[in-house]
Amino acid sequence: MDTSATPNSGIEPQKAGIAIKVFGVGSAGINVMEQMVTRGCSAMTFAAINTDSRNLAKSSATEKIHLEIKMLRGLGTGGDPERGVAAAEENAEKLKAACAGADVIFILAGLGGGAGTGITPVLARVAKETGALVLGFVTTPFDCEGRRRQTLARLGLEALKAAADGVICLPNQMVCKLIDENTSVVDTFRITNELLGDGLVGVWRLLTQPSLIEIHFADVCALFRDRHAESFFAFAEAMGPTRSREAMDKLLAHPMLAAGEMLAESETALVSLMGGPDLTMAEINRVMEHLQRHCEHAQVIMGAAVDESFRDRLAITLIASRKSHDPHAELTEPPAKTEELDTQLLTRTATARPGSRFVPPPPDLPPEQVEQLLKRRAPGSPRSRRNLSKMLQAQLPLEIVSKGRFDKSEPTIHAGEDLDVPTYIRRGVALN
Amino acid sequence: MFEPSPIIVGLEIGTSKVCAVVGELTAENVLNVVGLGQARSRGVRKGEIADPQVAEEDVRYAIVEAEQMADVEIRSVYLGVSGGHLRGFNNRGVHPVVSSDREISEEDVQDVIKNAKTINLPAQNHVIHAIRQHFLVDGQDGITNPVGMLGSRVEVDVHVIHGNLNRLQNAIRTVKGLQLEVDDIVFTGLASSLALLTNEQKEMGSLVIDIGGGTTEYVVYANGIIKHTGVLAVGGDHVSNDLAYGLKVPLSRAEQLKVEHGSALVEDSTKGQTVTISNELGLPVRTVNLEHLRRIMFLRLEEIFQLIGHDLEQAGALDYLRAGVFLCGGGARIAQIAKLAEQVLQMPVTLGKTNSISGLKSALDQPEFASAIGLVKFGTFQQRKRALKASLAEGIKATFDQLFRRP
Repeated sequence: MDTSATPNSGIEPQKAGIAIKVFGVGSAGINVMEQMVTRGCSAMTFAAINTDSRNLAKSSATEKIHLEIKMLRGLGTGGDPERGVAAAEENAEKLKAACAGADVIFILAGLGGGAGTGITPVLARVAKETGALVLGFVTTPFDCEGRRRQTLARLGLEALKAAADGVICLPNQMVCKLIDENTSVVDTFRITNELLGDGLVGVWRLLTQPSLIEIHFADVCALFRDRHAESFFAFAEAMGPTRSREAMDKLLAHPMLAAGEMLAESETALVSLMGGPDLTMAEINRVMEHLQRHCEHAQVIMGAAVDESFRDRLAITLIASRKSHDPHAELTEPPAKTEELDTQLLTRTATARPGSRFVPPPPDLPPEQVEQLLKRRAPGSPRSRRNLSKMLQAQLPLEIVSKGRFDKSEPTIHAGEDLDVPTYIRRGVALN
Repeated sequence: MFEPSPIIVGLEIGTSKVCAVVGELTAENVLNVVGLGQARSRGVRKGEIADPQVAEEDVRYAIVEAEQMADVEIRSVYLGVSGGHLRGFNNRGVHPVVSSDREISEEDVQDVIKNAKTINLPAQNHVIHAIRQHFLVDGQDGITNPVGMLGSRVEVDVHVIHGNLNRLQNAIRTVKGLQLEVDDIVFTGLASSLALLTNEQKEMGSLVIDIGGGTTEYVVYANGIIKHTGVLAVGGDHVSNDLAYGLKVPLSRAEQLKVEHGSALVEDSTKGQTVTISNELGLPVRTVNLEHLRRIMFLRLEEIFQLIGHDLEQAGALDYLRAGVFLCGGGARIAQIAKLAEQVLQMPVTLGKTNSISGLKSALDQPEFASAIGLVKFGTFQQRKRALKASLAEGIKATFDQLFRRP
């Protein structure tokens, strides 16, 4: 992780006029931000937002925003996003004031809890209203944290995606692959925080460092806008004359990429190369060629930058994203949608009903409705259970093509295609 | 030495069938196939064992049948292995010639081969074959035996086929569970090519494609050596599965439709034609559009050949294939498959015939037995090699060892 720590310390952004502000929302977000502060990213200003004043007091951010409403009495949200939303809505003016003046706003948060899940979408919306570009960096909970938190996180993610210009999401569960059995809990969270921080620094560097091949913010946003559910980061650095090959090998060996498997499945990839003045075109070429071969199906955007301190070194940052393979993703999303339809019927707010029930309408709802939705999600309510089962049935034909007898065997993936799925379906040949 | 006629058994645990072939080396060192046993395979998916118990049962059936037919007792087998985890690549070893007169000695050759065979692989990977290709002396290519030549540097290429150790162990354990020894494990694609190709065809350059139930293996020979190998975990099972899905029929019915009405090409004459499926009483149950059936098959098979073609193109092996393509495995039975392969790969395609083996003619002509017969052939090569290696003293020792090893 030292790759990203070294270059940015003390280097001011040299593209003129980009004011970057980083918001850490909720305790998880603040923790990530804490790490960034200690890393010394002096070019950004930091602000911490939370409902829990004690947690906020520990933060070393320059700006602290305590979202206080009477209901909470200065305590946390207790894992209830609804309260987070309420707190954020009530203090929208405060947030707006904090966002003022920034051109680019990064929001760091851990989804699944109360503050992060609830406040983040509101903050993103408010920030956009001030005219800033908003990019979210969020984590989703570990699987063991339970279904409810996962569901909340997913709802929060959807809301955030609708509100922000781009979201990079790191499922914590993925980090489990990176660590060994004996890693302590503290270390595990430190690693996820580091990864998220690395991702942010990587993007920040892409945007601000003077580069040979520029990446614009719009490109980044286009890449990460509602395309995916999971992102992964990988970093590699190498020195010496064979650095391009070495760095590439290191990158591909990165546990996050699961031996290149993730790359093959990725839909979008953002590559940033960082080298000294001695960086050659051939090196860039070699790295990119190699990468392109690994992710044939992905839309790849690359940037290259030169830094004096990187003489004889080469650092590659890769941020890629793929469609979610989480089986819950398909199952938990629809219930939210039915409920939305339901609410529409019940409250008779006759917004235009989507043409097809499967077109995912962006949950661009007024906060009261979001609140209502979340309330409706409360377990045990007979309506929600009925809806759930109803929806699951309707979802069946949408399930990916059944693989028949190969259902339980290991899939045959070739260049990102699952060969177990009938060829005529993959090629879209219609049998009339 | 004391063995009257050593028998060699090839066992293939395939996705659709388990097949054991018993071969016998006659006094003139000619291979004669004397027995064949087969059983429907139920415990295998995509060439790998998914249900060890059922697989063991099937293997037992096949072995017993082969034993009865050949009237021998089978103690050890050459086991064919396959599966999507197998990979092949070429590795080069380099060795400088240090002797003062620059003459390449036998030791130099041994050293360079050893160098080429040291391969950096993850711990869980097992090298199944490391097959020697040509030597290079000071960059001069195509030398088969450099001993006695002058040069400063010897290089050799080996073709390495490796796979995941645990998955290979699964098959071996199944066989060992039946109190059978495993002489060696052999990549089934390699075995098929041994059964089909003559030396001349290997010299000319040929591609063998073994389309099995769960996997498709391919092997490229050029200039008499193995140039490239590969496995695709797609086979006849996938065709049936596609049909079952596309025509909405049960899998068994799809299998039957494939065999009875399948073809690798879609002809214009099939347009609008239908096939009636009847139940066991002969009553019509459903009609199926023949064109759809053929189109689904065509697309799947075309894709298999395209994937192989693409892989060979990347490996640069396509230009060597002057003798053309040889098909075997159960998939070679599909009507007009040779024509389809010809269209996709743009070279002459023939259905492979096992040759240079005598014995049960009925067994030898079937394309699906090619790999099992090839296993036996591989066994004879090993046996001969062993016989050559063993000097007299060692030979006696080995004989005693063998005697004492008997239960």
